[in-house]
Amino acid sequence: MSELRDREPHASALPGARVSHRDIRAIRGPLLTVGGVEGVGWDESVEVETPDGLRHGLVLDVDSDQATVQVFEGTEGLTSGAIDVRFDGRPLHIEVGTGWLGRVCNGRGAPLDGGPPITGDRLAPVAGWPLNPVEREPPHEPVLTGVSVIDALTTLVRGQKLPIFSVAGLPHLALATQIAAQATSAGSSFMVVFAAMGLPHADIAYVRDRLEARTASGELVLLLNAADDPAIERILTPRLALTVAEHLAFEQGADVLVIMSDMTSYAEAVREVSAARREIPARRGYPGYLYSDLAGLYERCGRVRGRDGSVTVVPVLTMPAGDITHPVPDLTGYITEGQVVLSPEIASRGVYPPVDTLSSLSRLMRLGAGKDHTRDDHLDVSAQVLAALAHARQSAALAELVGASALGETDRAYLTYRDTVEQRLLHQGQGETRTLDDTLDRAWAALGVLPRQELTMVSPEMIARRLPGEDAGVRDG
Amino acid sequence: MDDMTDATASGQARTVRVTGPLLEADGVPDVAMGEILHVGPDRISAEVVAVQGGRATLQAYEYTGGIRAGEHAAPSGRPLTGLFGPGLLGSAFDGLMRPLTSAPVWLSPDRPLHTAEGADARRWHFEPRVVTGDEVSEGDVLGVVPDSGAVEHRVMVPAGTHGRVEWIAEAGETGALDRVATVAGTDVHLSDHWPIRRPRPFRERLSDPVPLHTGQRVLDLFFPVARGAAAAVSGGFGTGKTMLLQQIAKWCDADVIVYVGCGERGNEMADVLDDFAQLADERTGGRLVDRTVVVANTSNMPMMARELSIYTGISIAEFYRDMGHDAVVIADSTSRWAEALREFANRRGDLPAEEGFPADLSSQLAAFYERAGRVTTLGGQDASVTVIGAVSPPGGDMSEPVTTITQRFVRAMWMLDRDLAYARHYPAVQWSGSFARDTAGLARWQTVRGDPEWSVRRATALEVLAEADRLASLAEVIGVNSLPSRERMVVLGGRLLREAVLAQNALHPHDATCSDEKGAALLDTVLEVIDACHAAIDRGATATAVERLDFGPVIRAAQAAGRDDSATIATIREQALDELGRLP
Repeated sequence: MSELRDREPHASALPGARVSHRDIRAIRGPLLTVGGVEGVGWDESVEVETPDGLRHGLVLDVDSDQATVQVFEGTEGLTSGAIDVRFDGRPLHIEVGTGWLGRVCNGRGAPLDGGPPITGDRLAPVAGWPLNPVEREPPHEPVLTGVSVIDALTTLVRGQKLPIFSVAGLPHLALATQIAAQATSAGSSFMVVFAAMGLPHADIAYVRDRLEARTASGELVLLLNAADDPAIERILTPRLALTVAEHLAFEQGADVLVIMSDMTSYAEAVREVSAARREIPARRGYPGYLYSDLAGLYERCGRVRGRDGSVTVVPVLTMPAGDITHPVPDLTGYITEGQVVLSPEIASRGVYPPVDTLSSLSRLMRLGAGKDHTRDDHLDVSAQVLAALAHARQSAALAELVGASALGETDRAYLTYRDTVEQRLLHQGQGETRTLDDTLDRAWAALGVLPRQELTMVSPEMIARRLPGEDAGVRDG
Repeated sequence: MDDMTDATASGQARTVRVTGPLLEADGVPDVAMGEILHVGPDRISAEVVAVQGGRATLQAYEYTGGIRAGEHAAPSGRPLTGLFGPGLLGSAFDGLMRPLTSAPVWLSPDRPLHTAEGADARRWHFEPRVVTGDEVSEGDVLGVVPDSGAVEHRVMVPAGTHGRVEWIAEAGETGALDRVATVAGTDVHLSDHWPIRRPRPFRERLSDPVPLHTGQRVLDLFFPVARGAAAAVSGGFGTGKTMLLQQIAKWCDADVIVYVGCGERGNEMADVLDDFAQLADERTGGRLVDRTVVVANTSNMPMMARELSIYTGISIAEFYRDMGHDAVVIADSTSRWAEALREFANRRGDLPAEEGFPADLSSQLAAFYERAGRVTTLGGQDASVTVIGAVSPPGGDMSEPVTTITQRFVRAMWMLDRDLAYARHYPAVQWSGSFARDTAGLARWQTVRGDPEWSVRRATALEVLAEADRLASLAEVIGVNSLPSRERMVVLGGRLLREAVLAQNALHPHDATCSDEKGAALLDTVLEVIDACHAAIDRGATATAVERLDFGPVIRAAQAAGRDDSATIATIREQALDELGRLP
């Protein structure tokens, strides 16, 4: 048995039992250097007692008798003579269980809803352990979000990680919240863990309000770190969310959706710690290990062979200045299985959600959509909708140069098609849940405005069965 | 194992510093660079990367949470080794070459230290190929293990051993670690430890190129890779890098595939394992997984083991090369490996070169790619290790260090293009930025094999594509209808080449792979159709009339024709030429 596990009984006896350290050698940024320590392990959990309450931290560096601690609540107001530092004897663990359901907590997991502290049947390390790739079950069932553009064109699959890339000012939070409120998986119990990192209070109020029904029915865990909450605490928030989610999924058999918003604020907190440690930066001041750090979060999605339940992760991030090559979206894109990109241009046409369908992609869609998963025509119709949208984009670019009136008949049909897709398929209300049948029928209706010979990616049988007005034989071609 | 006994001999070594994967230990006796020490209660593996006085810097291959100052560090007396023997094919390993198949669901550091447990228990059928008294030398086959995977597993005389077979095991069951022969006083076991950072020896390199058939037209026809060469595929996220690599793994004509998932997605590895287990293998009649070894160190597994996984993969490939097989190593992604190097160098406080990468990045990458090669093995056989590495440039920036360094050391570079991928043109290999440096030699090989037109066809098509691209940017400004007829035909030709030849549908049963003959027939068809279009214009036909013709059958020919069905392609060509011929 490992010593790590042998140490576990200490957990319940948190304060008191251990030695206090007062030899504070340095305070810099969010970091605290404590001297005269013995037997302190790397990544160990720490409590810092100050005259105005308890703060928490993690050990980042152990050097002989000195330990560097990252303080989640920041070091503001700490006086070196007036604090006691206690080491927990092991990396941070939390109690996991169904007790989290229906609760609203801050970014560190402390209740904000006036309820008692959350207890659970078991302790789990917040860093998690990597899932053995051999024991992973490839995802193959969809999560239905009730949002047409996602269900039809970038289907979310249970166990997938699919981020939303957005730009400040676009309704990404509304979209993420709508997904959190509406998502279901056929038949099994579905739960949502929403981790807010650095969100303004108005946004937090919006999220709480919109998700109230899910909170009330005990299907939701809210972890809220506001924009004016301690920044370093954000490093902990997604880890708590995932630890709680893993338990609900792989021990309780639930399909769990984890929404993490906004990952850009999270990455900035990581950068802040890195800068305080004077580490050599890679791109734009972000540390070289940002990829591994993000992967340590996103990779906790998935399914396990022989067990029910899944963890699906939807990170939300704002691309600074809309730059998709910025390190946070870029590294995220390398880890996640696709991306949903929101576009200011489409938003300006009044479309919600303003998804740029051509830059968006769900890599696992072919595993979780189509025959036996959603509907037999799903993959073909979505490929056709996208291919036609790509053509429509060219037609639109041409129209800008030569004027719409100078376009050929086909190109004009494509322009009409694009408007139809945006208005009939993409555009929907923030509280509107659409069934998959409704969504796919809308896709067919949009394809109906194109000349028949342009529909090369759907079979003639499918056209006969699904294309509206096809029986009437009014179409050309 | 001997790991427990050597610990007592060096009771003094203790950790003094822990920061992530970097450990420092004091009071370390004489250790070698690269030696493995076992640290802490879980005895996690850490490698010596620097020594100064009695103080050693260690690179830990596990999560170091809970490791303290003052923790015991026990030298193991040897570098990091893997156990090479039967049982590799069809299995999955982590970066340290520990079997994942027998590992628990959650990978915590308190797992068994070395390979073995799972492998040890299995019994193998050994068939001798020599008799006592035979004179043998290094690389000769002593016997085979027929029940290990889909390719013949050969037990060889180790490097440096020559002489008389003093003892050879009889045909029958034997354990993985059992002795199977004694040659000139040297015992030969069924499985052997080999330090994975050290290249395995061979007799000499062979230089005349022989193609590795990948089954992907854009590669085989335009940017081919030779057996034993190194190739790299580079592209931003979403450009279909992994899909292309998986296609190559599934369809290339190598004997053994080593798939290294280095810092990549867990679901992807699960998909590879699942997919390969189901996929029938046309070469052997079995399943693809039976000649595949997977090394999986996903992005959330310990970072430094990621650095090692590349070497583990290539050592496994060399092991099969030494038996006389052609092996391919697919490393996805070398950028994640370079990041692990950077992460560690930074923690160690090394002076950074470009973008924080260590100054020796270029020599490390070169050393890795140079382990590729087609060689005469010690036993005198012609065998190869082909390396195909993925590069994931941050922000799709092709001027970043890993991409630019890789370009210098590989023989073929396949650049993936985001615009092609967004247009759902797969594989999204750019024809302008990619290169292949062995085309002249490979053209000679094709000529000898009866296709003297290979290089002419390639050059003609590339010319059309280049001109079509140039005209396309012009057409974007003035509209394609404003171009002269001849130029419009070039634009049309470019489109036909792209859609009928370069694009390939990985999910279509007829089109997932493509034989050399079918690829040549398709390309010939399109080139002839393009010529016929120009001829029609010369006869006075209008460009619009030509463009209005239905080229659908030509574009779909790859899917309409079965893998070796040249008759269908010939019919499609005749029909298209016929229609064009009827234009005035």
